[in-house]
Amino acid sequence: MTPMARETPAGDLRLANLTKRFGIFTAVDDLSLTVAQGSFFALLGASGCGKTTTLRMIAGLEEPTSGQVLLGDTDIARLRPYKRPVNTVFQSYALFPHLSIFENVAFGLRRRGIRSVDDEVTRMLSLVQLDGYGARRPAQLSGGQQQRVALARALINRPQVLLLDEPLGALDLKLRRQMQIELKRIQTEVGITFVHVTHDQEEAMTMADTVAVMNAGRIEQLGAPADLYEFPATAFVANFLGQSNLLAAEAAGTTGGDVAVTAHGARFSVPAGRARADRGPVHLGVRPEKLHLVGSADQVPQGHQHVTGVVTDASYVGVSTQYLLRTGWGTELLVFAANSGAVAQVPVGSEAVAYWDPRHAFLLPRDADDTDRTSPVLDEPVGASS
Amino acid sequence: MTLLAPTRAGQPPSVPPAARPGRRRLLPYLLLLPGAAWLLIFFGVPLAQLAAASLYDPSGSLSTGYTLTWAFGNYPDVLQAYWPQFLRSFGYAGLALVLALLLGYPLAYAIAQKAGRWKNLLLVCVVAPMFTSFLVRTLAWKTILSDNGALVGLLRDVHLLAPDGRLLATPFAVVLGLTYNFLPFLVLPLYASLERLDPRLLEAATDLYASPTQAFRRVTLPLSMPGLVAGTLLFFIPASGDYINAELLGTPNEYMIGNVIDSAFLVRLDYPQGAALSFLLMAAILAVVFGYLRRAGTEEVL
Repeated sequence: MTPMARETPAGDLRLANLTKRFGIFTAVDDLSLTVAQGSFFALLGASGCGKTTTLRMIAGLEEPTSGQVLLGDTDIARLRPYKRPVNTVFQSYALFPHLSIFENVAFGLRRRGIRSVDDEVTRMLSLVQLDGYGARRPAQLSGGQQQRVALARALINRPQVLLLDEPLGALDLKLRRQMQIELKRIQTEVGITFVHVTHDQEEAMTMADTVAVMNAGRIEQLGAPADLYEFPATAFVANFLGQSNLLAAEAAGTTGGDVAVTAHGARFSVPAGRARADRGPVHLGVRPEKLHLVGSADQVPQGHQHVTGVVTDASYVGVSTQYLLRTGWGTELLVFAANSGAVAQVPVGSEAVAYWDPRHAFLLPRDADDTDRTSPVLDEPVGASS
Repeated sequence: MTLLAPTRAGQPPSVPPAARPGRRRLLPYLLLLPGAAWLLIFFGVPLAQLAAASLYDPSGSLSTGYTLTWAFGNYPDVLQAYWPQFLRSFGYAGLALVLALLLGYPLAYAIAQKAGRWKNLLLVCVVAPMFTSFLVRTLAWKTILSDNGALVGLLRDVHLLAPDGRLLATPFAVVLGLTYNFLPFLVLPLYASLERLDPRLLEAATDLYASPTQAFRRVTLPLSMPGLVAGTLLFFIPASGDYINAELLGTPNEYMIGNVIDSAFLVRLDYPQGAALSFLLMAAILAVVFGYLRRAGTEEVL
């Protein structure tokens, strides 16, 4: 089923050395990336990292200070927004309050001089499951319904690229989950390139084929969600995308396929393929769910590595229990234990050993004066709540 | 504040009075009472008096006295005698409205959407002329447009005006005066509407292939309709009944219906005629307004 067969062959969306300055503030700093045609691409970052500015430059609502926005081989960076084969789903939806839902959805077609819009609008409304809502006004619809109108209004134009600016930000959690699945379904169905801007790491990971983590106007890391999560490139990514225990360590080079590191007086090793740096100051990182708690060191399985500490907190959250383990040097490690029934709860105050498989650890370069970085449970990055 | 505080604190906490349905239902009417009484005494009664006067025997005078003879003939008589002034009133007011829209819409738009921190200052500038009397402002225009004034001299020098050409005492001067005097009544409601216009809607329109012209026609204009309708009414109604501008900036050839009513009441002392003209003007304006509202289709104004 190809209801959305494209009229003109699209190409990859490429941003080349894109820069945007507002006065002395650089919002987007020499950004280059390629979004493959037909992919679902997410720009993930905290507010103020330049992701929305990037999106607005693709849409034409903001003019780049320098650099190119290429669609296929054409540079569209200086085209007026209404001349671009690109449509946007705005964060605020920006539905026209004086027009019916039908006319909102038909807006783009009518502006391009297309007369018979009825079939197309009806089909689009049913794609977003709003059949029969055509005669209503935006104000009569719920947030989720308005969001879907905004989506239909953009999609009906069969843009080469659809831009989504935090489109689910205004929805409550349950609706957001539902819409994430819905958006993914629609994207697969219409095959248009989606560029999705969000600060919600879970949203980015659920939906996108490729996620680019942005920080201070630059891309920190770009890749498939699983790659980003399992093997982050920087401490920022490790803590923005999910949570990490990062221990300040010193690496002593690769020997026999393993990198030997020393952290807080103990020796560990990490496979060379999991090391972003193998000499000098590094962060030894392990995700909380890759840590397992046992009562004593002799219960640690063969080939695993461990640290010893005292359990200072245990939060039971249903699917898992989240422990804080205070190590001998004072850092609290985060440990997620799945409540699969296989492991008993560890009481607060008891001594415990956290162990991990070295293949689950990773090494990141570290500034010499940077210390341990763990993500405290109560101080999560914005939007990472789940 | 500090003086009041102890007194307030000393009072027992106010307990909402137990629901007394009778009093509750009466309250809205009690609140209406002062305004309603005011309207009745100062609008209702004079209006009835005026209606009666329009049906007086037209041959009466102040010295011989008037009698109510239900002389409906007064109406066709005055219409026949003064229809040119009627037409002129609506013509001038309409022309002035067009000019005011051309000036006022961009002005209101600029203040509402583009002025940034100058917004309040610009609004004050729009309202500032109102701080002086209507009469004084119109007299100032009389000086500006006068035959030996700088403006006329300049226009004659650059041959935009014939050597004996004038600005004062022309229809142009009257329309200009109307435009100037009533412009704020158009700009302020328009401003209020345009101020609420979300610029993100315009971004959305541009994103959806609307050129700037189309975005204006399809989004800005319809969303500013309530202000536009209110503004045009607030402009057109007083402008079509105005007589000061024609009096001070025009000649009897530019006289509008307001001037005729003015002279009927104050110069010729022909009360039946003045009253009949007043009622005809009121009816004509109501007809124009209702016709306009039906077409503009804005329920929010009425």
